[in-house]
Amino acid sequence: MKKIENFFTSAITGSLAHIIKRDDIVWWKAWGIRLIAIVLALIVCGIVTVSLTDLNPLEMYATMIDGAVGTSRLVWNLFQNTAILLCVSLAVTPAFKMKFWNIGAEGQVLAGGLATASCMIFLGEKLPTPLLILVMLISSILAGALWGLVPAYFKTRFNSNETLFTLMMNYVIIQIVAFFTLEWSMPKGSGTPRTLEFGQLPTLFGQKYLINILIVALLTALVYIYLKYSKQGYEISVVGESEKTARYIGINVKKVILRTMAISGALCGIAGFLLVAGTDHSLKSDTAGGRGFTAIMVSWLAKFNPIFMIFTSLLIVFLQKGASKISEVYRLNSSFSDIITGIIIFFIIGSEFFINYRIKFNKKEANV
Amino acid sequence: MEKNIALELKNITKTFGSVVANKNISLQVRKGEILSILGENGSGKTTLMNMVSGIYFPDSGQIFADGKEIVIASPKDAFNHKIGMIHQHFKLVDVFSAAENIVLGLADEKKFDMPAYVEKIKEITEQYGFELDPHKKIYEMSVSEKQTVEIIKVLFRGADILILDEPTAVLTPQETVKLFKVLRNMRDAGKAIIIITHKLHEVLSLSDNVAVLRKGEYVGTVKTAETNESELTEMMVGKKVSLNIERSEPTNCEDRLIVENIKCVNRDGIKLLDNVSFEARSGEILGIAGIAGSGQRELLEAIAGLQHLDGGSVFYNNPETGEKENLRDKTPLEIRQMGVRLAFVPEDRLGMGLVGNMDIIDNMMLRSYKKGKSMFLQRKSPKTLAEKIIESLEVVTPSATTPVRRLSGGNVQKILVGREIASSPTVLMAAYPVRGLDINSSYTIYNLLNEQKQKGAAVIFVGEDLDVLIELCDRIMVIGSGRITGIVDGRNTTKEEIGILMTKSAEDKGDEQ
Repeated sequence: MKKIENFFTSAITGSLAHIIKRDDIVWWKAWGIRLIAIVLALIVCGIVTVSLTDLNPLEMYATMIDGAVGTSRLVWNLFQNTAILLCVSLAVTPAFKMKFWNIGAEGQVLAGGLATASCMIFLGEKLPTPLLILVMLISSILAGALWGLVPAYFKTRFNSNETLFTLMMNYVIIQIVAFFTLEWSMPKGSGTPRTLEFGQLPTLFGQKYLINILIVALLTALVYIYLKYSKQGYEISVVGESEKTARYIGINVKKVILRTMAISGALCGIAGFLLVAGTDHSLKSDTAGGRGFTAIMVSWLAKFNPIFMIFTSLLIVFLQKGASKISEVYRLNSSFSDIITGIIIFFIIGSEFFINYRIKFNKKEANV
Repeated sequence: MEKNIALELKNITKTFGSVVANKNISLQVRKGEILSILGENGSGKTTLMNMVSGIYFPDSGQIFADGKEIVIASPKDAFNHKIGMIHQHFKLVDVFSAAENIVLGLADEKKFDMPAYVEKIKEITEQYGFELDPHKKIYEMSVSEKQTVEIIKVLFRGADILILDEPTAVLTPQETVKLFKVLRNMRDAGKAIIIITHKLHEVLSLSDNVAVLRKGEYVGTVKTAETNESELTEMMVGKKVSLNIERSEPTNCEDRLIVENIKCVNRDGIKLLDNVSFEARSGEILGIAGIAGSGQRELLEAIAGLQHLDGGSVFYNNPETGEKENLRDKTPLEIRQMGVRLAFVPEDRLGMGLVGNMDIIDNMMLRSYKKGKSMFLQRKSPKTLAEKIIESLEVVTPSATTPVRRLSGGNVQKILVGREIASSPTVLMAAYPVRGLDINSSYTIYNLLNEQKQKGAAVIFVGEDLDVLIELCDRIMVIGSGRITGIVDGRNTTKEEIGILMTKSAEDKGDEQ
């Protein structure tokens, strides 16, 4: 940090301003900065909209809100999407807290989804539904954990680069899933994914997504407690902050890495299970839909706090839903909604800089 | 007289966030003068000089060179005004020779003519009495040679004002004497020299004038000839301090730790520890002296179970059972489970001993969190311990839930030492425990070590200040290039004797080649 500071200081000294790291910031100031960032983002989006299309930006924002929460069906949809994204975000958090750069959540979700789908296909008619669902859940957890453990094992054994390894594991599972999608498609070979009849998660109180939401709510609480109050969670923090300290106090670093990645992968597996059994009732190679990467942003924005993640994941899903509605209503191509989402996320992430640093303007002095 | 002033600072102020590093400081240094800037760690010495050398830019104030006001916005500006700084951490390219490093980045727009440069370097070395082979590669050099390269680099660029930041921190007493001789030659040749230091005896033996800083403020300048150690300390600390360490006679000594022929080889096949054998006895303080990086860290880490050994054994004599147990190849956890109460204050406090981003309570927990069968953390007893340490060691902190990295160096060390001695250790190892600490905190730490000694712990103290080692330790073991070159009695040894032992092994090795 000091280096950055020096760099900026020396780069612009004597002229305009320099950058200073903040010691601390009161919470309302931090949220004020974030709010300003969102307002600025909306203004920039408005300018972009007007210059690229003939739309009235205010109308556009109304459409956006309408697209995200316009009907009760949309609201449920929003919550269910948030739940899945939150689930993946919870999954990557222990790994990231440990500074193990797991960008393979996408693949770990698919591994869980594949395990779930194969249970639904091969055991569907043989087991009673409650038992089937239990088997699906367990196998998705195991599959996700396995997909997370492989890179962790190589990291601890050969000190391989976990970023590249987890990324490559994504491609492996995407191809495997693509193969089975074709294999299982109905009619066979057509490429249309088969609808999985058996083992769908039950509808609670007339809401088919409620069970997903409840499961993720439970997981959120568990992960929060695990990270903050359990001994294992404490070990994760210590390993993440300093491996040297961890060794110094006698933590078995390799064991912690393996265990944490198994947990991270297992939670991804559950997300895959919820996607296949709870919402999609089918499996495709894009079932995870990029959530494995979006989740990283959700987790970082929330500073690895599972409770904050509820809000960051909701915000991101809200933006995605709203923006896609704009493209749909105004017959713009989908890139336009990506531009809007991109601008807003850029501002939100950018605001973190102003929360961590303060810009000090040099007072002009007669002699300088 | 006024014409003689090489550099003058007027009302310099610099702040970092809410911290005022320098407040309204005014100083002058004359041509042909050695000025010491004396102050405790954190008093703003280095910040002040960094502004003169163009690394920081002052918030307000003026700098004059040769009577003209100048603006120094970058190290290049500083060089243009003939100001050169030699930093504590050298910035040299390892695979280049001395001469190549010296001319690196030179922009005199002349043809690159190495022989001519080497000629000029030789002239400089002869003029001031340096010892340097311009063709020697940096990675083959000792710390003192590297420092010589840094100094010549600055002179080569024509600096008339030289600033040296803690130049003796890494040198042996003999090398320090050599450096001082060279600095005096430079002074006699009309250069203005500024030395940043916190070592009193150096100030007294070398400089003409001493400027004292305290907590970012300028206290005053005194003539070295007209002052003494206690007056300078008082200026530095702001109150009278007694500089005596009480050394009690060791009692109930028995061999607690017996290290036999341990060896440690790194990946490149270099022997970090070479047949090291010694005993650490209960109820005494064993000092370890040596040039930084001679194997002190590896030795302590080997005992603590953090360093793999390639030979030898580390026996622990358990006072409770009377059994002799080998600690070699045991992990820190296994060592603790064997009932060995081993406390270790590592050199790297925030990178190893503590976690900077965690609060004091969570840092207390590092040693004890595993206790009990529950899978959940117990924060109650660490909290009590944290509060006890804060109170008894007078730790300055807003609360027990403040992240440790926000505390000052002295307070960080109190937290670490406090936690380590809380388990009433039978062996206490401390590596450079007072590095970066102010005088009062340093004496608190010495007292804590003495207290543990009286309680019967075997204390191992790795230090860099030989005066302190001689005052504090019962026996002093000297380590050089991974070998024990001697063990002397702390009560009747001299700095010179230890200094000779420090360099002994390195020279032996040179002869072998």
